[in-house]
Amino acid sequence: MNVLLVLIPVALFLGGLGLVAFLWSLKRGQYEDLEGAAHRVLLDDDLPPERRSKD
Amino acid sequence: MSVVDSPANPALVDSRRLDGFVDRADGAPARLELAVEGIRCAGCMVKIETAVDALPGVTKARLNFSTRRLAVEWTEAGLTAGDIVRAVEDAGFRAYPFDPGALEAAEDLEARHLLRCLAVAAFASMNIMLLSVSVWSGNVSDITTETRDLFHWVSALIALPTAAYAGQPFFRSAIRALKAGQLNMDVPISLGVLLALGMSVAQTLLSRHHAYFDSAVMLLFFLLIGRYLDQSMRRRTRAMAQNLAALKADRALLMANNGSVSEVPVSQVGEGDLVFVPAGERLAVDGVVEMGTGEVDQSFVTGETASHPVEPGTTVYAGSLNLGAALTLRVTAAQSGTLIDEVQGLLDRALEARHRYVDLADRAAKLYAPMVHTLAAATVIGWLLLGAGWEFSIVTAIAVLIITCPCALGLAVPAVQVVASGALFKSGVLLNAGNALERFAEVDTVVFDKTGTLTLPEPEIANANALSGDDLALAGRLALSSRHPLSAALQPHAAPNCPVDGATETAGQGIVANVDDTDVRLGSAAFCGVTDVNLRAAHADRSLMWFRRGDDAPVAIEIAQALRCDATEVVADLMSRDIRVEILSGDRDGPVAEAADQLGVADWQAGLSPKDKIAHVERLAAEGRKVMMVGDGLNDAPALAAAHVSLSPVTAVHLSQAASDAVFLGVSLKPVTTVLTVSRRARSIMGQNLGLATIYNMIAVPIAVMGFVTPLIAALAMSGSSIIVTLNALRARPAGRPRETAA
Repeated sequence: MNVLLVLIPVALFLGGLGLVAFLWSLKRGQYEDLEGAAHRVLLDDDLPPERRSKD
Repeated sequence: MSVVDSPANPALVDSRRLDGFVDRADGAPARLELAVEGIRCAGCMVKIETAVDALPGVTKARLNFSTRRLAVEWTEAGLTAGDIVRAVEDAGFRAYPFDPGALEAAEDLEARHLLRCLAVAAFASMNIMLLSVSVWSGNVSDITTETRDLFHWVSALIALPTAAYAGQPFFRSAIRALKAGQLNMDVPISLGVLLALGMSVAQTLLSRHHAYFDSAVMLLFFLLIGRYLDQSMRRRTRAMAQNLAALKADRALLMANNGSVSEVPVSQVGEGDLVFVPAGERLAVDGVVEMGTGEVDQSFVTGETASHPVEPGTTVYAGSLNLGAALTLRVTAAQSGTLIDEVQGLLDRALEARHRYVDLADRAAKLYAPMVHTLAAATVIGWLLLGAGWEFSIVTAIAVLIITCPCALGLAVPAVQVVASGALFKSGVLLNAGNALERFAEVDTVVFDKTGTLTLPEPEIANANALSGDDLALAGRLALSSRHPLSAALQPHAAPNCPVDGATETAGQGIVANVDDTDVRLGSAAFCGVTDVNLRAAHADRSLMWFRRGDDAPVAIEIAQALRCDATEVVADLMSRDIRVEILSGDRDGPVAEAADQLGVADWQAGLSPKDKIAHVERLAAEGRKVMMVGDGLNDAPALAAAHVSLSPVTAVHLSQAASDAVFLGVSLKPVTTVLTVSRRARSIMGQNLGLATIYNMIAVPIAVMGFVTPLIAALAMSGSSIIVTLNALRARPAGRPRETAA
């Protein structure tokens, strides 16, 4: 059962990592505009201007 | 884009400085928030951002698609807010500077805090549940005491800091309620969480089988979900309402000593300042006319549809529309004895009465909390009398408190509110108050204001037959070149739909154009050369525009506000539901009688002051009626606040919107019936949910009192009842077509 002494901290660390990642994204304001984010992913503004589709 | 949508007067816009809205902290880039109108798709978003980004020195231009707000940051000192607004306008959208205000900032902080609490509680409950399940299965097989103690200690290590952090919203609210000598739902919640944790620590110290860490944290998790949903719903509607407020005239043109004009938020205008009001704009402040003569439309203020003449020395009120030439006002604070002061006084008194309404959830808590606490005390005494030991008696009593901790009860009402207000939001009704749904459900009398509520705020021609078809079409084309508010009534009649070449507008006077070598005029009586007083007197109760072709006799065009397209059906629908309908108006007898007749409303009163309106609403309330007031004018504000529940169209003056429980969008009056249908359905589901929570308690409590509750049973019962209640709440969403006859 001694393996638990390793596994419990490992499990908590991994869970904690998820928590920290969530709090970080919250702090960065990633939940402020959920609708806009859904649209932005489809924008091709990373392409050079001449290749952009006309809308 | 039609002519009407373009800025009133380009020269004026250029000279306006919007810098009052810019947030310039030392060392940081300048910041400005704009509410943007007309965004429909992601393409618009790119267009606006690119246009603003192209300005020199702009470091950030980010449009929030959910709230329709553009945040701009720039470092270039030479760039003004006006440049940015113009860049957005050039891209084809209208932008309005926006004053976020302290309240919204505080709500944003609270929302973030709740979300952080929620994340922490979610993390903790998942991990503790992992350990708890191991203990539960170990307890019925071969777990060693050492392993169980280890698991309990690890759980305690997670649960205690979690409760200290994520429990704050509940603890704070419970302490606030206790300090005020009251009981709310958060009191039994806080007590349950604290006792569960305390007992679990004691059990762990004594190496016992059962610890309730998982129950305590899971309870917080479920309740935080409810609270976050509730809060984000309110925040969303508030953001929308504030955008709408920004799109309206919450700005004033402040005139400096040297005569230069700058646009500032109304909050920055003080008593004694000079304010400039261009023709066709709404007054944002109260004041005394300093310069200029003309007419104002006070229908928003008094409900009266005929316009009032003003001259230097006349007192005018915020919300009035300037129909004549530009006016310069000297701003006055609300002096005692003025209309505004009277309205404000009535409003304060009425709002005080409103605060006495007790929420359904709080009423349930008042009943519930003492009962549960007595039950727990009785359990201890009962078991002691039966000869059980101290430890067993106390542990059993605490188990009773944990199992009755109002998890389902805490979700029963907010979950329904979230679903129902989401449904209302989709159909264009924004709720201002959380408990408004409960009050809407009880309505048995609906009192309408006429002007701007039953009628549309936009003017229409009342006597279309006075003009020949050709003249009407020509008048419409002339009106296309005008920004005057009344010209909106003529614009739809323009044929062909294009302005007349060479039409020139004299602000506040009228438009003249040369058609086939004759001067055609549209505008005020003086502008069209009407000298005969009797002609004017023939149309006493109406707002008028005059049309004159060359030297022909001038024709008076009566402008009135038409009933909303579905007003008749809505009123008929209300009556078919056995709801009493009344009209209370500040307008004169004639127009009110006409509207009441058209709608088939027998109970109507005209020429009422704000005091009369509130008195009538209070008289109805004294008869035991639950009155819903629907109104928009400044004169309606006190009655809106005094009514059991109230609704305003989005075009209402700021004060009225603030006083009402909900605001509806659009030109249709249908939201009045929708809100009643949805809220009645929501109210009945809330009742069902409270019933479900009670049934759950009736089953769980005897088991707890007898001492059979283990942490496993507590966890199952708690999550089971919460899920049932939440699923039931989802039914508050109208399925497909809204059911008109919902109970």
